[in-house]
Amino acid sequence: MKTISIFFQVHQPMRLKTYRFFNMGIDHNYLDDARNRTVMQHAAAACYRPMNALLLELIRSTQGRFRVSFYLSGMAVEQMRSYAPDVLRGFRELADTGCAEFVGGTYSYSLSSQAGREAFVSEAERHAAMIREEFGQTPETFFNTAMLYSDAIGETVASLGYKNMLVEGARHLLGWKSPNYVYAGAANQKLRLLLRNYRMSDDVAFRFSDTRWSEWPLTADKFLEWISGDRGEAVHLCTDYEAFGSWQKAESGIFDFLRAFVHGADAAPGFRFATMTESAEAHQPVGVLHAGHEVTWADEERDLSAWLGNELQQEAFGKLYAQADAVRKLGDPDFSHVWDFLQTADNFYWMATKWFTDDGRQNDANPYPSSYEAFINYMNVLSDFSNELERRRKGTEFDTDGCTCAAAATDARRE
Amino acid sequence: MRVLMFGWEFPPHIAGGLGTASYGLTRGLARNGVEVLFVVPKAYGDEDQRFVRIVNASDVEALYESGEATEALWKKVSFLQISSNLVPYASPEEFAAAGEAFVKAGGRRAGHGDAWRERYDFSGKYGTDLMEEVYHYAIVAAQVARDLAGTFDVIHAHDWLTYYAGMAAKAVSGKPLVVHMHATEFDRSGEHVNQTVYDIERAGMEAADCVITVSNLTRNIVITRYGIPPEKVVTVHNAVRFADSDEGETPRGLDDKIVTFLGRITYQKGPDYFVEAAAKVLRRVPNVRFVMAGSGDMMHHVVRRVARLGISDRFHFTGFLKGPEVNRMFAMSDVYVMPSVSEPFGISPLEAMKSNVPVIISKQSGVAEVLDYALKVDYWDVDAMADAIYALVTYPALARMFSRKGREEVTGLKWTNAAAKVKRIYERLAVTDTDA
Repeated sequence: MKTISIFFQVHQPMRLKTYRFFNMGIDHNYLDDARNRTVMQHAAAACYRPMNALLLELIRSTQGRFRVSFYLSGMAVEQMRSYAPDVLRGFRELADTGCAEFVGGTYSYSLSSQAGREAFVSEAERHAAMIREEFGQTPETFFNTAMLYSDAIGETVASLGYKNMLVEGARHLLGWKSPNYVYAGAANQKLRLLLRNYRMSDDVAFRFSDTRWSEWPLTADKFLEWISGDRGEAVHLCTDYEAFGSWQKAESGIFDFLRAFVHGADAAPGFRFATMTESAEAHQPVGVLHAGHEVTWADEERDLSAWLGNELQQEAFGKLYAQADAVRKLGDPDFSHVWDFLQTADNFYWMATKWFTDDGRQNDANPYPSSYEAFINYMNVLSDFSNELERRRKGTEFDTDGCTCAAAATDARRE
Repeated sequence: MRVLMFGWEFPPHIAGGLGTASYGLTRGLARNGVEVLFVVPKAYGDEDQRFVRIVNASDVEALYESGEATEALWKKVSFLQISSNLVPYASPEEFAAAGEAFVKAGGRRAGHGDAWRERYDFSGKYGTDLMEEVYHYAIVAAQVARDLAGTFDVIHAHDWLTYYAGMAAKAVSGKPLVVHMHATEFDRSGEHVNQTVYDIERAGMEAADCVITVSNLTRNIVITRYGIPPEKVVTVHNAVRFADSDEGETPRGLDDKIVTFLGRITYQKGPDYFVEAAAKVLRRVPNVRFVMAGSGDMMHHVVRRVARLGISDRFHFTGFLKGPEVNRMFAMSDVYVMPSVSEPFGISPLEAMKSNVPVIISKQSGVAEVLDYALKVDYWDVDAMADAIYALVTYPALARMFSRKGREEVTGLKWTNAAAKVKRIYERLAVTDTDA
């Protein structure tokens, strides 16, 4: 019995406003609230609402045989709470059916796995807590930001108690092997790796409405035939949620395609839907995969170069995590909130100077005219944030010394 | 004494120091009792006309007549689509973009060839058809000189863009011509000079009865690189204008010392050396922030260099700043650095000193000739620059001294005095003119 697992990433970065040098030290509101609200509401109208409704309908009409898995970033959830609470309720309804899995990941859609164990563990734990609180599930499967994986990351994830992890089915990782099997991690062989079938995932996410594509139009029957003909026993189709409705518009027939595909697979012999965790449990690992270098689902290279490839990105990333200790020690929720959205990988993605071949992935959400502006704006915000952290730290010291209270110390310095 | 003056920009519509200097000079001349008739390619109507009458060249109906100066100029000028680094205050990108923006805004470029009887619609910007505009400006200048015959005694042209205009006016009116070198092509382009621009500069200076340079540095270039007879070349240093009322308190949110670079981010201004010096200073003292205010073709290069040096949390970019923002920037600064590789004069340090900001300037700037209370370093001497910055942010007594004495010094640099010198030149030329 071949299992089909459908996985969606749901994420919205919190975009920074234009923050100038002149704002520093005076203005500590960094977000472009109006823009974030608009983007969230557009995504909700085009994708989240119709898709949640469709998936619920499919679960009900198949008597629960249809299964689906999600990663929701903390950034997306927080913005849904503010700007589209009904969407969040929709996800809870899906969770309540027992047919929708919410996997673990990083809270801020961060690249914290590249910033040391402590930063990464903190992100993972906060995300798991959020999933428990919102959806009542304890995640067993882990999706790292942008499907970022290496042997070392796998080891850390396994040490946190996760049993399975999503990994890009990159050619340089798999070689001749098929992505349609379950594999084991190299560092901890108990960790099961679920490989994304990128070709078939991207056929839908990127090519579905492309009339120049030789396979256009893509029908549910044809797609099912491909899956049936592809060697292996576990097909993992993983895309951004917004591929359905935002990238591929409703007019392209993408929703009807999904409906027909699910009903077709449900009716056909030899197929079964599975959540990511169910897929890992249903199949034995067929081998061990070694990943000495980081693998992601981005671009042709499928590495980290889109986020940390140039000196601007590396500098900003290094300067950000240099503040990790200070943020943790302060433990102020207001500062932690800023810390979260500054960690979001999109901030670094927008600083990329490499050429993107499949720029359909995030380009609509890019608020900056150039990578240099992205860098300058981000660094202005980060500098002010660091400066305020330092002020608060000094203020707290004054306080504990019993000399004066923190507020008075800050006022004195301002005069 | 009445002077017909040709400029390319006038406040508030300025892209660089040329407009500021022309404005200061005309005010100074007015105070010295000189009447100035200032011609600019495009007058917007909101220029300060208390001291000067602005003639909008776009409103002059130019009549084409064969013979005379225009004919000769016609032969000298070829129309070029300019895409190289020859424009005074714009990088090639800004330059092309400005031209496009003008066209998009519904502006009409002056037509080619036969549309003579028309009002030339100048953009007054450094557009892509710059040479064409320079040429049309000359035709209009001839018409202005004809219309205003008898109402002026001297012609004064600012920088190469207006030299053909000045020459045309001289040819029509027979009045003496003064050309004013605010910058040479060598300052703008290093050794890779644009031959057309160089030729115009030289032709202008040769046709002129007197050449005014903004510094001895520029005077030397004019003499050695353009072969202009020294006795014809006079240095008149720029000055600085004091606004009547100062801006209100600038809110300052940062405790750190702020070291500022303000100018176009181009090779000529030496932004690279500022970055290297910043890195050296930050290795010693952490509580300093560096700000680079401006834009230009080297911006991306500088951003990358700052990132590679790992100082981007202490080195900030503001982009191009407009009038009030510039004042705000000065008000927030503790040190101002002008590391120019080549600077004919450099008015911005004077603006900084006016705001009580101690300045560090390169020895390769004309302004170094007139300032005592400024720290002077070679632009390439990054160690010396870092030392000077370090001293000014670390030793309050030194900073206070430079701040106070600097302001006193700059207060003495008055346009009225500079203009008096210019007036004497006018008078000498007018007398010679009458004798002839």
